[in-house]
Amino acid sequence: MAAANGRPVAKRRVRLLGGLAVAALIAGLGVFWAVTAPRAVSAERLAAIEAIEADPARGERVFWAGGCASCHAEKEASGDDRKRLSGGLRLTSDFGTFVVPNISPHPDAGIGQWTLDQFSNAMLAGIAPGGSHLYPSFPYASYVRMSDQDIADLFAHIKTLPASDATHPDHELKFPFSWRRLLGGWKFLFFDDAPRTELADGDAQLQRGQYLVEGPGHCGECHTPRNLLGGLKTDQWLAGAPNPEGEGRVPNITPGSPSLKSWSAADIAYYLESGFTPDFDSVGGSMVAVQKNMAELPSADREAIAAYLKTVPAR
Amino acid sequence: MKLRLIFTAAAFGIGCATLAFAADEPQKERQELMKGVGGATGTMAKMVKGEEPFDQAAVIAALETISANVEKFPELFPEGSETGMETEAAPAIWENMEDFRAKADKLQSDADAILADPPADLDGLKAVFGPLTKNCGACHETYRIKKS
Ligand code: HEC
Ligand code: HEC
Ligand code: HEC
Repeated sequence: MAAANGRPVAKRRVRLLGGLAVAALIAGLGVFWAVTAPRAVSAERLAAIEAIEADPARGERVFWAGGCASCHAEKEASGDDRKRLSGGLRLTSDFGTFVVPNISPHPDAGIGQWTLDQFSNAMLAGIAPGGSHLYPSFPYASYVRMSDQDIADLFAHIKTLPASDATHPDHELKFPFSWRRLLGGWKFLFFDDAPRTELADGDAQLQRGQYLVEGPGHCGECHTPRNLLGGLKTDQWLAGAPNPEGEGRVPNITPGSPSLKSWSAADIAYYLESGFTPDFDSVGGSMVAVQKNMAELPSADREAIAAYLKTVPAR
Repeated sequence: MKLRLIFTAAAFGIGCATLAFAADEPQKERQELMKGVGGATGTMAKMVKGEEPFDQAAVIAALETISANVEKFPELFPEGSETGMETEAAPAIWENMEDFRAKADKLQSDADAILADPPADLDGLKAVFGPLTKNCGACHETYRIKKS
């Protein structure tokens, strides 16, 4: 009896399970497709950015705060060469090697033909003009916190910089990271514009510091540790991380840091201006390029960053 | 007379022996040299910042320290000293020893050039301090790594 009835029951079960699995797979694919679909900046926000009277001179300050030259200028460029955004720098990571693109205003090799909407979508949503996802090695997961005015001014400023006709090979990424669609999953898990820290509001200097560090300055991209999927461990904000380029560490820059806790806010601001620590050690590693950019900012901005770093939770 | 000579020689010998003992670890010795470079840079930086008055003799002494220390510095990276004693030396040094030496030479020749015609006042110091200390970051960018 059991044997005679067993088979059909088992078969039905298998069919049912199979059907459920297929349904789940379809639903899963649907969810996957929906989750990984690129989501552009809203039409209202794009229109608001378009409506701004952009100031390329002010955009220069945004350019230095954003550190675009650290990645998009030629390796070891100095002086005015840091304004030639010809790309070509190779960024190594666990996922493979990224080759930084040319974003100079050259019409073919660079972004000379881009519209402001396309630029806004790259900076604030990590989406390329064709609609595909951009890799977060371009730190838009920080830039997403930038103001409309800064985006418009920055775009106007980049248009005034020298054009370069340099072209570069594709990124060399390991499968499956070479598949851009997957980045939708990464964005679903880790990409939002929420503040990284809750500050008691009211203090304009602290807010400016928060904006610069969490937004354009993208300090957390190096100074905050990441999980296996490359998402920031936000409860360890600025607590220090392994050096992505190899040996050594990117230091903790919260007030809990063994070295930074003895620095005054003025010491931090002076470090960002000159590259010197309080005992006159000189900045090194990938912070050298960051510090050169910080040196171009007005001192009020460096003081705001220092004030913010003194206020974030100690880790 | 003779006795004194012998005594001095003995004292000198002991001095050398302790020196050699302290210098046993190239990691430690090169760190001390760099600490000296940092201290000398600090002397000038405090004048540039306006925390200390301009003092030409102190500037000259600082530049001499920098020149002398970076001359010896690149000799202290023998095979086997890549790690240990909390060294912050980057592995890249042993991959590009020539470039590393060139960066040390550059700092030394820049310091020597300023010594040949030392700044007479604060404005003179300000004019040379920035370009001189660009050499620090230029080397630390590739060849020094923080480990904590
Ligand atoms: C940490 C390195 C880094 C920094 C800093 C950086 N970028 Fe990029 N950027 C990249 C990489 C890598 C890509 C390629 C991303 C991809 O292919 O998906 C990129 C892509 C872009 C693109 C898209 C180009 C294209 O052809 O699709 C734009 C626009 C851009 N960056 C603008 C900027 C601006 C403006 C700044 C400064 C505010 C900046 N980037 C700072 C690394 C960086
Ligand atoms: C590209 C990665 C990167 C980015 C982006 C970055 N940093 Fe750093 N930072 C480093 C590294 C590496 C060091 C260690 C420097 C050294 O070796 O001397 C460092 C050191 C520091 C230090 C000194 C800490 C110490 O104990 O000596 C401060 C302060 C600091 N960074 C602040 C900032 C701020 C503020 C920002 C954002 C505006 C920022 N960093 C962005 C990589 C980065
Ligand atoms: C030719 C390369 C080079 C140049 C130029 C250079 N440094 Fe260094 N510096 C190093 C290296 C490598 C270390 C790490 C040594 C170690 O830990 O073994 C270091 C370490 C230091 C330290 C830490 C010493 C300690 O252990 O406490 C200070 C301070 C310092 N450098 C200051 C400076 C200053 C200031 C300048 C510029 C005037 C400068 N350096 C120029 C390579 C260089």
